[in-house]
Amino acid sequence: MPSFTELSLIEMQTGLREGRFSSHELVEAALERIAALEPSLHAFLHIAADSALKQADEADHKGMAGPLPLHGIPIAIKDVLTVDSMPATAGSKILEGFRPPYTATAVKRLQDAGAIVIGKTNTDEFAMGSSTEHSAYGVTHNPWDPSRVPGGSSGGSAVAVAARLVPAALGTDTGGSVRQPASFCGVTGLKPTYGRVSRYGLIAFGSSLDCIGAFGRSSEDVALIFEIMAGWDALDATSVEKPMVSPSTSLHSAQGESIRGMRIGVPQEYFIEGMQAEVQTRTRAAIAQLEDLGAEVSEISLPHTEYALPVYYILAPAEASANLARFDGVRYGPRAEADSLREVFFKTRGQKFGPEVTRRIMLGTYALSAGYYDAYYGQAQKARTLIKQDFENAFEQVDLIACPATPTTAFEIGAHKGDPLAMYLEDVFTLPASLAGVPGISFPVGFDNQGLPIGMQLLAPHFGEDLLFKVTHIYQQVTDWHKRKPEI
Amino acid sequence: MPLSLEEVEHIAQLARLELTDQQKTRYREQLEAILDHVAKLQELDTEDVAPTASGSVVEMPLRPDEPRPGLSQDELLKNAPKQEGGQFKIPPVFD
Repeated sequence: MPSFTELSLIEMQTGLREGRFSSHELVEAALERIAALEPSLHAFLHIAADSALKQADEADHKGMAGPLPLHGIPIAIKDVLTVDSMPATAGSKILEGFRPPYTATAVKRLQDAGAIVIGKTNTDEFAMGSSTEHSAYGVTHNPWDPSRVPGGSSGGSAVAVAARLVPAALGTDTGGSVRQPASFCGVTGLKPTYGRVSRYGLIAFGSSLDCIGAFGRSSEDVALIFEIMAGWDALDATSVEKPMVSPSTSLHSAQGESIRGMRIGVPQEYFIEGMQAEVQTRTRAAIAQLEDLGAEVSEISLPHTEYALPVYYILAPAEASANLARFDGVRYGPRAEADSLREVFFKTRGQKFGPEVTRRIMLGTYALSAGYYDAYYGQAQKARTLIKQDFENAFEQVDLIACPATPTTAFEIGAHKGDPLAMYLEDVFTLPASLAGVPGISFPVGFDNQGLPIGMQLLAPHFGEDLLFKVTHIYQQVTDWHKRKPEI
Repeated sequence: MPLSLEEVEHIAQLARLELTDQQKTRYREQLEAILDHVAKLQELDTEDVAPTASGSVVEMPLRPDEPRPGLSQDELLKNAPKQEGGQFKIPPVFD
């Protein structure tokens, strides 16, 4: 038997059910590997060793009487999601020491299905960034090359899965924060349809964009996590109930099924000057492979793609500036003491927010301020409509869209220091789907000449996650890119 | 898009952020660069386009407005930097 940390989520599920090993063994192996690799990777902000082992023993004691799908399996949670009584920092000094008294719905559903939260993972402060370099608690290192970033903002979760610390982890994706790190770390990552997973217990960044997604080593593993956490929740007014075929069950029955006749569109706007040549080559090769498997591939156009970045960097900071107004040193987090309440606000926020968060609050405040609202926020909301319509038009011609997930592979730590706009450009291929609210999956399709993973992105119409899982699964049946692992 | 130091100070006031002079200068430069980039949106003709406020395509259902239990006072005060008599304690609002 391979070592426990080598097992995939489905393999852990099967092995536990057949009594081949215990939850205690799985959790202990995960904790040992985390302890050994944390000094070089720094994927975690909090490790819940004691409570995880205790829950594992309880799970073993209870046995498999009720066959819960995630019974006794360790998972990791991005530190922007609350887990009752565990610290939740959102990667920020302004929430240092905060222990929320409630659990996010997505996490609760996984726990109710038997999962054990082993720790909270590193993130760019308030999920604002594309590298985890904006975490107030230090950068996470890419396991394929520790001098490089893992992507972000869900970098800690992507690394936890890529480095075989846990079989699956939750992330959040506001403008690409699951798909981009999945691509940089060589794992499979899903951003669901907006509203498909409840945002209750997610520390809000851009509320019209925020989605809770998942990382795993394969489409199958991610599908299992997704179907457990999806669905309507009374605690999130934007969550929706949409009946769905259980993706993991349908994948199981899809063994040997083909994608014959499936129409896949390739948007010309996603193959641009300045992007890494190998990313283009590998993405084209993966698309050609889907064509060999029976898909009908055609070139399409999403004409407003180039406006996604300016739209996003008005709307997301505007929403963030409002959402982050609640951090004022009064009800939670540290307080910078002063003689008046007004001074407490200014000092606490001035001292405890990091540079990227401050920058975005300033940008958002400006875009919403008197005299600029129509020109910036109003115009961006209208341009968002045009981007959404691009996708609606495209999905009248094709079933799925295939494109690169990122313009380059993982960049060096410090490469964009002091140049926020260069960092924003890293998200250019993930932003449009976020603005349109459509689901996307990113998975490995090869490596560049430095041995760094390359990710491809598939996008589907609203609520089309099952299609994403199916096509990715079929691709992963005939390739082994997703099985490669970093040598650490 | 040129941004004056006074505008930067005004934004920081609105956002309740205390900034050093060095920060003001740096944010001014960086915000100018970002605003230059987003100015691209002005070239779009959006005269007949309706705004989109969310990624959702489904109408949000309303729920009955009924009282239900929430978190306890103790739980809510647990993380307060300062508290007294079951309330958040803050410095004076008025001088």
